[in-house]
Amino acid sequence: MTADAHAAAARAAVQRSLAGQRRPLREYVFHLALLVSVALALAFLVALLSYVVVHGWDRLDANLFLNQPTALLRRIDEAGVQSAIFGTLWVISLTALFCIPTGVLAAIYLEEYGRREMWFNRLIELNIQNLAAVPSIVYGILALGLIARPPLNLGFTVITAALTLSLLVLPILIISSREAIRAVPNSIRDGSLALGATQWQTIRRQVLPVAVPGIATGTILALSRAIGEAAPLLLLGAVQFVTFNPSGPDSSYTVLPIQIFNLATRPQEGFRTLGWAAIIVLLAILLLMNSVAIAVRNRYQKRW
Amino acid sequence: MSDTISTLPSTKGSAMTDQTAIDTAPALGLHQEREVPDLDDPVFELGDVSVWYGDYQAVRNVDLTIGRQQITAMIGPSGCGKSTVIRCLNRMNDLIPGARVVGKISYHGEDMYADYVDPIEVRRRIGMVFQKPNPFPKSVYDNVAYGPRVNGFKGKLADIVEEALVDAALWDEVKDKLKTNALALSGGQQQRLCIARTIAVKPEAILMDEPCSALDPIATAKIEDLMQDLAKTYTIVIVTHNMQQAARVSDRTAFFTAEVDADGVRHGRLVEYEPTRQMFSKPTDKRTEDYISGRFG
Repeated sequence: MTADAHAAAARAAVQRSLAGQRRPLREYVFHLALLVSVALALAFLVALLSYVVVHGWDRLDANLFLNQPTALLRRIDEAGVQSAIFGTLWVISLTALFCIPTGVLAAIYLEEYGRREMWFNRLIELNIQNLAAVPSIVYGILALGLIARPPLNLGFTVITAALTLSLLVLPILIISSREAIRAVPNSIRDGSLALGATQWQTIRRQVLPVAVPGIATGTILALSRAIGEAAPLLLLGAVQFVTFNPSGPDSSYTVLPIQIFNLATRPQEGFRTLGWAAIIVLLAILLLMNSVAIAVRNRYQKRW
Repeated sequence: MSDTISTLPSTKGSAMTDQTAIDTAPALGLHQEREVPDLDDPVFELGDVSVWYGDYQAVRNVDLTIGRQQITAMIGPSGCGKSTVIRCLNRMNDLIPGARVVGKISYHGEDMYADYVDPIEVRRRIGMVFQKPNPFPKSVYDNVAYGPRVNGFKGKLADIVEEALVDAALWDEVKDKLKTNALALSGGQQQRLCIARTIAVKPEAILMDEPCSALDPIATAKIEDLMQDLAKTYTIVIVTHNMQQAARVSDRTAFFTAEVDADGVRHGRLVEYEPTRQMFSKPTDKRTEDYISGRFG
């Protein structure tokens, strides 16, 4: 063989060794399964959103925000859901006010102070995990007997609803805040303590700032759950036909999910269209809350 | 890092990369300039100290006296308890659930574990630098200012920060980026920042737990130089698993080893404590000799 032939043979050998093996079929199948799953999830979301928008578009006007609901079919075209929008905003603001401090402080206790080897800390932990799985209607019944009626006797009011939803989402908030706090490396705590910082200084100035993005994400998940919740409020007076905005925490109220339920159960087309429009409003409020959380997360992550 | 190469002392550089067995002190780059300071005015005295983690006695019967303004190295194989002992000196072990110190550890003659002693105050006076650089995810400035801030320092913070950074030989490299995030610095710079952060609270002693094990040789050399400078003001205790490092920087060396008792329980013990030059030239204990000549560990 000539030198050229040797070189050619060597090149062919290298090319053969570099050429990919034929990948087994199952690899393609797996890849396809992944794509299909993502596509399905997206398709449902798009279908849902477009269905809602198409049906509610006609009533997505100023009247929706400016006017109160009506029971009269002849006035349905000008009717709105203002009382439910304000009710939802009232309830969710108070819920955030109650549950964020409590949830974050509880998470700090469990992660930073509560020693796991003590039995009652483990008991608290187990209970919180179980509470996160309790059906929301159970919270409704509990709140009916405990908050709306004596002993607390707060009645069918905004504050009763907010307290109930706070109880409902606290476990979610505590669990996600704990995870965010636990994700802060111990080397940060050691570094701070070794400089003579107290435990609270360490938590306040080092641990919490680092954990804020995670806590914000957990908060938004919890509040999103609360804002869409209808079941417990069914028992707590939100089904009343309310044509005025809440005047304060002790006022009667209704919220968007229940208003939507009421509108959707009416046989006439006008009511239903209004219901669809109300769904768009609810989704918009949710989206707004999410974007606030994302903004908080990004702001703090840049500083890391 | 190219600008830093010129500052590397050539003698140290060569000793550092020398991984072969060591038999003579000069080959280690043993620092000869300094007289070995005496132990007349000790900072720490450990009397029959044992450390327990729950039911496990990790370190047994350590007697050790650590002198003022000198560098004391603790060396030994993994699991010999050297890190455990150093973490007792500023009560960082208190943070580990179940950890317990038996015996007496005194600081200028006062029992550091007495009931009236506040561990926070102990840590203000005895700083610590950790194995992995652990700057806070904040600006360079805020990292150094943190200690004085939490300690309620009143005065011009910027001056304290500058002074600490100058003393930690970092000022020239970071003076134009005091507002940048400390995590953007190189590993060696981060570790010197951690040292600056520690000296900003003006401790008396600095404990260093394998401060160079995550660093490259050039960064290591810088930290070693820095330690020599700091020892003029501070009392330094360093844990290292790098014998050459102990030989290069320290005045005295404590050699720990891991032993197995009659019940088969592995624990750490102090074998020998000598001026460094003596330990690396003519160790008294056979185990020390075996270790420093590279026969085990």
